[in-house]
Amino acid sequence: MASAPIVANFSLNRNKLKPVKGRWIEAPSFKAPMRRKRRADAAMDHFYGWRRENGRVGVRNHVVLLPLDDLSNAACEAVANNIKGTMALPHAYGRLQFGADLDLHFRTLIGTGSNPNVAAVIVIGIEDSWTKVVVEGIAKTGKPVVGFGIEGHGDIAVIAKASYVAKEFVQWATELQREKCDIAELWVSTKCGESDTTTGLSSCPTVGNMYDKLIPKGIYGVFGETSEITGAEHLCKARAANPEVGERWYKMWKAYQDDVIEAHKTSDLSDSQPTKGNIAGGLTTIEEKALGNLEKIGRECKYIDILEPAEAPARGPGLYFMDTSSAAAECVTLMAAGGYVVHTFPTGQGNVIGNPIIPVIKITGNPKTMRTMPEHIDVDVSGILRRDLTIPEAGDALIASILRTANGRLTAAEALGHREFVMTKLYRSA
Amino acid sequence: MTIPHLLVHEHKDSVGVVVVENLKAGTEMLAVVTADNSSFSLASRADIPIGHKVALKDIAKGDTIWKYGQDIGKAVADIAKGAHVHVHNVKTKRW
Repeated sequence: MASAPIVANFSLNRNKLKPVKGRWIEAPSFKAPMRRKRRADAAMDHFYGWRRENGRVGVRNHVVLLPLDDLSNAACEAVANNIKGTMALPHAYGRLQFGADLDLHFRTLIGTGSNPNVAAVIVIGIEDSWTKVVVEGIAKTGKPVVGFGIEGHGDIAVIAKASYVAKEFVQWATELQREKCDIAELWVSTKCGESDTTTGLSSCPTVGNMYDKLIPKGIYGVFGETSEITGAEHLCKARAANPEVGERWYKMWKAYQDDVIEAHKTSDLSDSQPTKGNIAGGLTTIEEKALGNLEKIGRECKYIDILEPAEAPARGPGLYFMDTSSAAAECVTLMAAGGYVVHTFPTGQGNVIGNPIIPVIKITGNPKTMRTMPEHIDVDVSGILRRDLTIPEAGDALIASILRTANGRLTAAEALGHREFVMTKLYRSA
Repeated sequence: MTIPHLLVHEHKDSVGVVVVENLKAGTEMLAVVTADNSSFSLASRADIPIGHKVALKDIAKGDTIWKYGQDIGKAVADIAKGAHVHVHNVKTKRW
């Protein structure tokens, strides 16, 4: 006896799931937007994405097998193996969490499933009731989502039933068409990693220049890394849209200092901030690292609100700050759960991170990293250090890369199979 | 423009960043201040890896180190102009 699925926005009667009719739109060839100035300008204001049921636009079209908990990874991975074109997102948690930590767990899973880069979702959990929480959360987007509980049925029955649904979902999703969308519909996140002194000179200001150009066009942006603002907190506070937001930001940052750093520090944080990689790259202190980090928000942008980890922005277009760890995979996972669809990632020493549902664009200005591990880099801005590329030119190159990526070009991390999905855990489980 | 050896963020800064590989001691370095593209020259006192910092003037133990026009920590040893600046002679004031 197979388990009874928890169903939303989808009927298991296959006739209800009609393929979408429409014209196939080809992404422009990657040379085309660069060929002539006029065409480059024209191509810089739109992209082709999938408009979802709730109106948001995705740039990827994933069908996801989402485990509620660690125990359900095996079933999700088995279904993903059975049905090609689907993807499981295994992770380590989901049992005996409580309070704010459980809220964050649910918010991350629901946010991940709700991300417009995801077309449809199957949630599998050890039992029905928490599984249902995630299914119902994702269902608010209007996208197809189904859940299965394993207890009382066993992995094999659940895998069989979920595989039938996954096949329906993937055949439906692969027939959805991209449509032309204004650049303002992009949600672009940022976080840097394996930083060195070149990130503060080149790749971070490149991201900052991109935000200075695209935030006024109406995109959503987000930066975070609470611990890595330490040393530049006075500057970050001053970049709030108004004093009330600045005060809330400072309170959040201070709470992290008091509750986490002061409570758990050993002699100092110097073994972790800066990291060994940062130090090898020439960064000496957390202040120096923070000042480089903050270059990512450019010269003009002001953040309009503070987001909890994995929280979706709710104050309209603009730049947001999300309270996150500075660990790359944790941070990008939280930003993706917040609804961002493309991530920009400056690196100095060569962080190789990716994400399963959002493309991660790597930018480096370090010529040694370009020489030794170029397969990981999408945008080479090492010309800034040679003084033959300006920051505004580098910003334009990044915008072009964002649009090509949005149109479908796989990033280096996607092509290399980087799918780091890492849940943030606030404290020990019960 | 000739490729610089060293980039400096702001005129106020007391350190610059080596932006070429295999910099040798005794190199007469071209330094560019990115704030306004002005330049000056400075001799390196050590082989310094790309991305690592160089003192732009003599720095005394206890002095604040300036980069981005901001306080990035303090010298924990005397540092000569042109010498390598890193975790062996600079520390955060935070922890």
